[in-house]
Amino acid sequence: MERVLTKNFELPESHTLQVYEKTGGYAALKKALGMQPNQIIDEVKNAGLRGRGGAGFPAGMKWSFVPQNTGKPVYLAVNADEGEPGTFKDRAILEKDPHRMIEGVMIASYAIKAKTAYIYIRGEFDLSYHRLEAAVKEAYAKGYAGKNILGSGYDCDLYVHRGAGAYICGEETALLNSLEGNRGYPRIKPPFPAVEGLFKSPTVVNNVETLAAVPYIIENGAAAYKKIGTEKSPGTKLFSVSGPVMRPGIYEVEMGYPMRKFLHEDVGWMRPGKILKAVVPGGSSMPVLTAQEVEEVNLDYESIASKGSLLGSGGMIVIDDSVCMVWALENLAHFYSHESCGQCSPCREGTGWSYKVLRRMLHGESKKEDIELLLDIGQKMAGKTICVLADSLSMPIASYIGKFRDEFEAHVRGDCQRCRKVH
Amino acid sequence: MKAERFSEASEREIVELLTRYPTKQAALLPVLWVAEREFGYIAPEVMELVAKRLDVSPAHVYGVVTFYTMYQKEPPAQFHIQVCQTLPCAMMGCDKIIEHLKNKLGIKAGEKTKDGRFKLSTVECLASCGTAPAMRVNETYYENLTEAEVDRLIEGFNK
Repeated sequence: MERVLTKNFELPESHTLQVYEKTGGYAALKKALGMQPNQIIDEVKNAGLRGRGGAGFPAGMKWSFVPQNTGKPVYLAVNADEGEPGTFKDRAILEKDPHRMIEGVMIASYAIKAKTAYIYIRGEFDLSYHRLEAAVKEAYAKGYAGKNILGSGYDCDLYVHRGAGAYICGEETALLNSLEGNRGYPRIKPPFPAVEGLFKSPTVVNNVETLAAVPYIIENGAAAYKKIGTEKSPGTKLFSVSGPVMRPGIYEVEMGYPMRKFLHEDVGWMRPGKILKAVVPGGSSMPVLTAQEVEEVNLDYESIASKGSLLGSGGMIVIDDSVCMVWALENLAHFYSHESCGQCSPCREGTGWSYKVLRRMLHGESKKEDIELLLDIGQKMAGKTICVLADSLSMPIASYIGKFRDEFEAHVRGDCQRCRKVH
Repeated sequence: MKAERFSEASEREIVELLTRYPTKQAALLPVLWVAEREFGYIAPEVMELVAKRLDVSPAHVYGVVTFYTMYQKEPPAQFHIQVCQTLPCAMMGCDKIIEHLKNKLGIKAGEKTKDGRFKLSTVECLASCGTAPAMRVNETYYENLTEAEVDRLIEGFNK
């Protein structure tokens, strides 16, 4: 498989312009500036590139939604606020190959006729931030950003905007509110950002990995990109693998690759003495897959969806048999209740309530009806709120209990062997 | 704390930041970073100064500062140790690291040592799941932690 996103990752100084240019960097931007913006949008549409932040929305289609007749400026906002537990792939791009994403940003900006692009980067990402700032400076100095880009007459400014510690700002409309100097509260949609986003103007919000795939598509054409992967899920995807496996880390995988093969051959399977129990395939909010389902699934949107889960961000959390699922879910409930922005009552109350119920379950103070209560809270908060943070806890609640109910029942009875042994 | 005006260097930075956005308010997050760097932390007086500079209400600034976890709202410790406690780190043993740090520093999570040198916090996912357990001290990540590695780091900080 030809690597689209990570081909420079192992090179020394891969984050510098010098290395990026030496390996053919910014040729795609030169090519793009000689094309019509609509041609670029069509190329990305034809490539079938889908948003890699988690939602999987077709990128080219998102770009085509931007109205060009409003008299208002158009903005591109890059979502580099990676924070979904288990996900650390954007951080890798920002640290190891920021220019690939910047090139994608400039091509996307030209395609949607944006004059300003903001990269909203997670506040904790210190090394990424410094490398990105340095890369932006290099790009300006070489005329890849700013006024009259590469003599084309096209102007576009590029700014890095640092967040300050709020998971919810990874939600695209919360990100826009944060960029405007507000608390990171998600907005009610519609209007969608393409119509009314940043500063009440048409805005496209794209993930880091999505944009990093754009130079390849423009340089080699949609057909070349479509040759990789499956028909409905073209291209490659980054997976970030964590848990007690032999080789945790970042992998670029051709869509449709069998998950079992991936975990066995690429990741090297489990550490000695560890037995695979379950895998969360796409970031902590996604429904869990059992070890049996891992055998049957391929790494693409459709195959994972056929097992009732989602490809999401590609944040793959591998869980071994010694881990108690009540303990794991309690940990995630703490995360989501901490990160709920508090705007919507079902989420603000529901995530905190779930956490309290799980906490007492974990400590052997559970009531008999607590399992049903958890399912009920999960069901009643999902789909009832401005954004999907409530759903992000509701999905693990339903799937952990649905697939590992015996472990929850053991906790209600007060005899979980795993918690006695491990924690 | 007295915070009547920004230093010349900070003011220059703020002037440049304001060119990046169509509204003054949009510069709030970056200006708060500038303010924190100059004044050490964001006291109420600093919030008022920032509010005045950006023509927004002090209440708005307060609302923003308290929404985001990273802004320092009190005098910071010299070393702010932030240990990730989310699932991948938890599976890989962050509890042991946190316990070890508590014992070593003689404080609970959320507390500062008496000499003001260390603050220990437990934080949510640092996107360091493949190199768990992980922590961030001030602005640097430390990954694949062991108790021995923590000892070595603390010794280094104490030098």
